[in-house]
Amino acid sequence: MFGLKTFKGGVHPRGMKSISENAAIKEMPIPDELVIPLSQHTGAPAELLVKKGDKVLKGQKIGEAKGFISACVHSPASGEVTNVAPYMHPLGRKAMSVFIKPDGLDEWAQLPEKKNLNNISPEEIISRVKESGIVGLGGAAFPSHVKLSPPKDKKIDTLIINAVECEPYLTADYRVMLEETEKVILGTKIFLKALGIGRAAIAVENNKPKAIEKLSAALAGEKGIELLVMETKYPQGSEKQLIAALTKREVPQGKLPLDVGVVVQNVGTACAAADAVMQGKPLIDRVVTVTGGNIKEPSNLRVRIGTRFSDAIAYCGGAIEPPKKVIMGGPMMGIAVPGTEVPVVKGTSGILLLKNSEISFEESGPCIRCGRCVEVCPMGLAPGRFVEETEFKDFDGALKDSIMNCMECGSCSFVCPARRPMVHWIKLAKSQIGKMKK
Amino acid sequence: MSQQNSDKLLAMNISPHVFDRQTTKSIMRDVVIALVPAMLASFYFFGMRALLVVLVSLAGCVISEIIFKKLVKKDGPLLDGSATVTAILFAFCVPATLPLYMVLFGAVAGTVVGKMVFGGLGYNIFNPALVGRAIVMASWTRSMTSWPAQGAAFLGIYDAVTRATPLEGLKTGQYSASYLDLFIGNVGGSLGETSALLILLGGLFLIFRNVIKPVIPASFIGSVFVLSYLLGIDPIYSILAGGVFLGAFFMATDYVTSPISFKGRLIFGIGCGVLTVMIRKFGGYPEGVCYAILFMNGLVPLIDKYAKPRVFGEQGR
Repeated sequence: MFGLKTFKGGVHPRGMKSISENAAIKEMPIPDELVIPLSQHTGAPAELLVKKGDKVLKGQKIGEAKGFISACVHSPASGEVTNVAPYMHPLGRKAMSVFIKPDGLDEWAQLPEKKNLNNISPEEIISRVKESGIVGLGGAAFPSHVKLSPPKDKKIDTLIINAVECEPYLTADYRVMLEETEKVILGTKIFLKALGIGRAAIAVENNKPKAIEKLSAALAGEKGIELLVMETKYPQGSEKQLIAALTKREVPQGKLPLDVGVVVQNVGTACAAADAVMQGKPLIDRVVTVTGGNIKEPSNLRVRIGTRFSDAIAYCGGAIEPPKKVIMGGPMMGIAVPGTEVPVVKGTSGILLLKNSEISFEESGPCIRCGRCVEVCPMGLAPGRFVEETEFKDFDGALKDSIMNCMECGSCSFVCPARRPMVHWIKLAKSQIGKMKK
Repeated sequence: MSQQNSDKLLAMNISPHVFDRQTTKSIMRDVVIALVPAMLASFYFFGMRALLVVLVSLAGCVISEIIFKKLVKKDGPLLDGSATVTAILFAFCVPATLPLYMVLFGAVAGTVVGKMVFGGLGYNIFNPALVGRAIVMASWTRSMTSWPAQGAAFLGIYDAVTRATPLEGLKTGQYSASYLDLFIGNVGGSLGETSALLILLGGLFLIFRNVIKPVIPASFIGSVFVLSYLLGIDPIYSILAGGVFLGAFFMATDYVTSPISFKGRLIFGIGCGVLTVMIRKFGGYPEGVCYAILFMNGLVPLIDKYAKPRVFGEQGR
């Protein structure tokens, strides 16, 4: 085992994990209607394979990956396609979605034959990961098969399983580690085989002693897989920081982890991949932490993709007071959704309802140059400057100050005593810069 | 769903959705709290007159800021606590015997010329309290350099007795006060620069509350100590006498007018310390803290430009 690893900068928001960490994963019943967006991942939306009136089976492919960076989409239950229409996506815009009315039979489609680690080739693993629509379950939802197929000239030597879960409140990955420990390790081995390498590390924060205990017990005698215990600090789970802590290699600006020989996969993704590759089971459900001070029964639920937030909230006893804000993901990088009618997608790690009294509507004041944002920025940037530069449309200056290196972790906004919405301005600047390049 | 109607009202701001406890106001409040012990000591040492100086300074800073904001129709809150901090700091760097109209003039000038004309809190280049002091110093040098002896002030006889501040000793080589007197504050001087102990206490409180980082005070005081030693001046006397502690913990650490990175702050602190000793040794004034900090304030944009933190993944390092 390694010593306590960490990175420079970062913040310590209140963990708040205790409110849901002891709730074992519960299987949520299939709701009356499922809404499955064709775009749940980074990259091109999937191409529609069904039409209104079609009967579908559980696990049947309803959207085909379009191009290399895309992912397949499957029906989470058996039933009938009642509509295909644009519907509100958690990201706040309408997206083409398939409406399915489950028939209650929950009948599986014909799945590919079961396999084990010894009778499957790396190519087969990658193709099964792709066919099963596996994407990064940590939140970014990047298609996993892409990460497993590095270009020939990139030499990969290390796999990191990201089990850090540094976002406050979220406990989905934690429960998976406790309840599906063997599957985590199996998934890790599958990824290792696909990449043709022999070295992996599972990174966990030291605020999860039970998970560390279970994993180290399960890893005893395993060769090539280490447990990497990290200091509890946000954003410890950031890819680039993890890689630097483990390998001392820094991913250069604008480059990817594979440029320094590393592939990072989320721990939930490893489990989903284990199911997909061994059982042939596509990604039709995921573990979601439904939590926050405004939820009656904070829970970790296994939810079918396409379940509306409102159904999951209702299943957890509902909200205590009418919510003013609902967040998909954690409080640091999560996205405030337009309404609770939006569906759970592959990247939904949590549904967070803060108490209304915890929701800040404080007005922002002038920058007092306290330097806290500079101190906490894990990327070594001066976030406060980006606000000025964006206000004055000095995008060249922002580029020179490495704005594209910002991962939008929100540490700067978190510590800002003047409550300046720095991430907001940075996102704005980045989108403007993107438009200028076109 | 019953919640469907209220759905449209959900707030959709960009992440993060939780924040640290510190706010601009809480920071200003902490600074005021940190200044209270030294302020009470000044009342004890210099009597009611010190209280009057603080009150007049407070009125000058707060009222002029409000009037200015109204006149230019600046939006945002009228008061954020920064005027109170400026007021106390300005009062701290004048003698208790300073005529009150001069106190008022300095407070207003510091606020308006030092802060508001630049756009208010966050935009000023120079520390407003020190700008006020520099203006008063230039206008009424004699009043600014006659110090009350403390015992006399306590009895209410302010103007009768004046005595040299311990700083005179730095130039003449005749050290007029003991280390202990200097440390506790049993010496002549401006309101806030006498008791190194209480200033240190306030400064440690600010470090403990994570309001300031130790880098500026440490590099400031440290470089005064080292350079004094090299120039043959008693280094302990040098850091305890005059405004070094007050300047290092409360003036040079002013966020707005100091660099934002660790490297920058280190350069800034050393610069303040070196200039302080230089002015004391070779300049026309007995005390150099004020002008040393003001000068370094002016260099902050330059320091910020070159003392950037290392960007993660930057090539060639």
